[in-house]
Amino acid sequence: MSQIRELLDCFKKVATCPGKIVREYREKTGKGAVGCFPVYTPEEIPHAAGMLPVGMWGGETTLRLAPSALPSFACSIMQSITELQLQGVYDSLVAVIVSSPCDTLKAMGQKWRRQVPCIQFAHSRNTKIDAAADYTRREYQSIRARLEAACATTISDEAIQTSVRIYNEHRQVMREFSGLAASHPDLVNPIDRHMVMKSAFFMRKENHTVLVKALNGLLAKAAKKPWEGVKIIVSGIMLEPVSVLEVFKQNQIAVVGDDLAQESRQYRVDAPEGADPLDSLARQWLSMYGCSLIPDPEKSRFSLLRSLVEQRGADGIVLCVMKFCEPEEFDYPPMKAYMEKNGINLLQIEIDQQIQSVEQIRTRIQSFAEILRAQRARRASIAQL
Amino acid sequence: MDKSATSREMLDYYLKKSYADAAAAKKSGKKICWATSISPCEFCETLGIHMLYPENHAAAIAARHGAEDMIQVAERKGYCLDICSYARLNLAYADIGRSVAEEMPLPDFLLVCNNICEVVIKWFENLSYELKIPLITLDMPYNYGPEPTERGVDYIVAQFEDCVRQMEIITGNTFDWQRFNEVMDIALESSFWWLKAMSLASANPSPLNGFDMFNYMALIVCLRGKNGCRDTFRKLTEELEEKIRLGYTAFPGGEKYRIMWEGIACWPYLNFTFRTMRNSGMNLTGSTYPVAWALEYDRGDLRSLARAYASTANNSSLPGQIDLRVRVMREYGCEGATYHMNRSCKTMAFLHHEMQGAVSAATNTPFISFDGDQSDPRNFSGAQFETRIQGLREMIDQRRQARPGREGEL
Ligand code: SF4
Ligand code: SF4
Repeated sequence: MSQIRELLDCFKKVATCPGKIVREYREKTGKGAVGCFPVYTPEEIPHAAGMLPVGMWGGETTLRLAPSALPSFACSIMQSITELQLQGVYDSLVAVIVSSPCDTLKAMGQKWRRQVPCIQFAHSRNTKIDAAADYTRREYQSIRARLEAACATTISDEAIQTSVRIYNEHRQVMREFSGLAASHPDLVNPIDRHMVMKSAFFMRKENHTVLVKALNGLLAKAAKKPWEGVKIIVSGIMLEPVSVLEVFKQNQIAVVGDDLAQESRQYRVDAPEGADPLDSLARQWLSMYGCSLIPDPEKSRFSLLRSLVEQRGADGIVLCVMKFCEPEEFDYPPMKAYMEKNGINLLQIEIDQQIQSVEQIRTRIQSFAEILRAQRARRASIAQL
Repeated sequence: MDKSATSREMLDYYLKKSYADAAAAKKSGKKICWATSISPCEFCETLGIHMLYPENHAAAIAARHGAEDMIQVAERKGYCLDICSYARLNLAYADIGRSVAEEMPLPDFLLVCNNICEVVIKWFENLSYELKIPLITLDMPYNYGPEPTERGVDYIVAQFEDCVRQMEIITGNTFDWQRFNEVMDIALESSFWWLKAMSLASANPSPLNGFDMFNYMALIVCLRGKNGCRDTFRKLTEELEEKIRLGYTAFPGGEKYRIMWEGIACWPYLNFTFRTMRNSGMNLTGSTYPVAWALEYDRGDLRSLARAYASTANNSSLPGQIDLRVRVMREYGCEGATYHMNRSCKTMAFLHHEMQGAVSAATNTPFISFDGDQSDPRNFSGAQFETRIQGLREMIDQRRQARPGREGEL
């Protein structure tokens, strides 16, 4: 087996059995894991406490208990989280941290009913004024204090400072990985790519960085081969379940870049280093952009996607709208108009973690891929003339 | 306005006038602001900017049965069914500029305050993007704890100051802090008389048919900073006090059951829901709306203003929301509650489950829940509503039988 494949399998193993990883981490270090709800949780704080910050992005599960606690029109990811919560899956965590950028998350923080302490917080939603940085810094300070109480430990500035550096380096290697994966669709298929991204939620970032760096090194040396299939950029909250990614793979559709909350959005901007690490994190929040959850009347997300399409030579965009996610649903109409105006192909699919069958999505993706292939062939023949 | 006018006439007069004034202002080149329903009106009012409220306008469209056509316009643009129907109606209105409701001139800028929900952030962002106009944001951080934090208040005050600066640039006028104090006085008085009038529903029997509250609400949403609003609610208070003196009841057959209505009205079915409850002898005496616009703050004090606007019901923690409903149930003598499981409003609907259980336990009262939507007529079933209301009546009756004497009190 090639070294690249071995490494990719290693990421997959981590991404597909988080429970085991958390257990092992606890046994090895005597420290626990802190659950981080999506999105933009300042993971650096639990990381600085020596904890394992784990991402809580739901998963494929049958809803048995959730319907009695959460109305059916809540987003699919929070349905899964509610189900897993009520099943007691998160009971071994030291604490969970919940942000509040949408109405569903606001409610989720309040609906938390387990013994595990829930640390809710609210980012500034007005990112245009300086006072927002001060507010967010103090909000992070409050997360630190509540986490110190939950973990019965203290979290020093120095420790957070170190974590900020580790996370910045990790962001850097993840951005590199995204670029390298785009250059080697023959070596990194959409599922592999997703697993590399997802595994980051279940490893200490310094360790994940080492592995990704190794993978990046191998990819950088590998010969580039022409890609016969089509290339797309994916956008949205997340692109799961794997059965949907499987459809991409089967149809020779390469994911050459993403604007997913679960993947590259979190790696877009580094925290500026400075004397006060919480201020660094707050300033990082203020400089984030191009996301449905960051208020932005300019809708920089659209131009960002357009440049990504151009940079990576993509044939189109697949917008993966999480079922019942209003922030994403609001972006679709103007995005559709923007892409039409700019001649960029856009397909919207609905993401449902409780999906029973992918057949409908398969048909839509296949016909989208056919359109893209035909366009590509047309372009190639024009170029030959 | 004629001194002998009833509060109902005053309500109609001032509402019509506000749309007419805004249309005239637009024609003469003055600035129009679209704002969210519990955003601070004090700043625009001080600068003489005409404010209009898309939520109220969308409710009027729905109540006049004009929602379906507009919703189709929004759907053609790509706005899916799961999005708050007020937003869908308004985004359609912004596109086509007409509806069955009053003409609402398009805005020159927008004021969004997320103390009601996060949906408005996205909704107003889309308006700003599509209409290419400035958006002023007043972010009221969610109170996941018991009350607004000091850091939150500092941040809101800084936003108030920034908002004033932005409005000065937009209008080219200087903000008059003296006038600001006067506006605050009016807004405080409007809130005072609104709450005073609405709280008379606690009388037994209530002089107020609860569905009237939904009608009067338009005024406190749209004109809180104006004398007409204050005067109307002062008048309404007088009228209701008189009715109490005369032992008047809003119900022909007498008010048999006093109910709390949780959530927004179903505007397309306002009449139907009202009649169904009335036929069961139910009066809607309890609601969280009276306190929603009873904004109390210290005049001239921006920190106090920040706290008041940050403490809305929707922006409160679950325990805070439960306490509020328990208080309403007790103060207004409610024997049961109906929860509107509003497909449009996730911020209200998602805590219903916890709220219902806790409020019912604390007050020892039954409740029902029905599916609906404040302005999308497709998400409501009349048959389900009737059955649930009947169920509620039976549950209350059973409790009364278990506690003889209670009916006599009513
Ligand atoms: S998927 Fe959308 S609605 Fe659900 S929690 Fe995330 S941002 Fe909120
Ligand atoms: S109905 Fe609910 S979601 Fe819609 S604007 Fe009002 S508070 Fe927000």
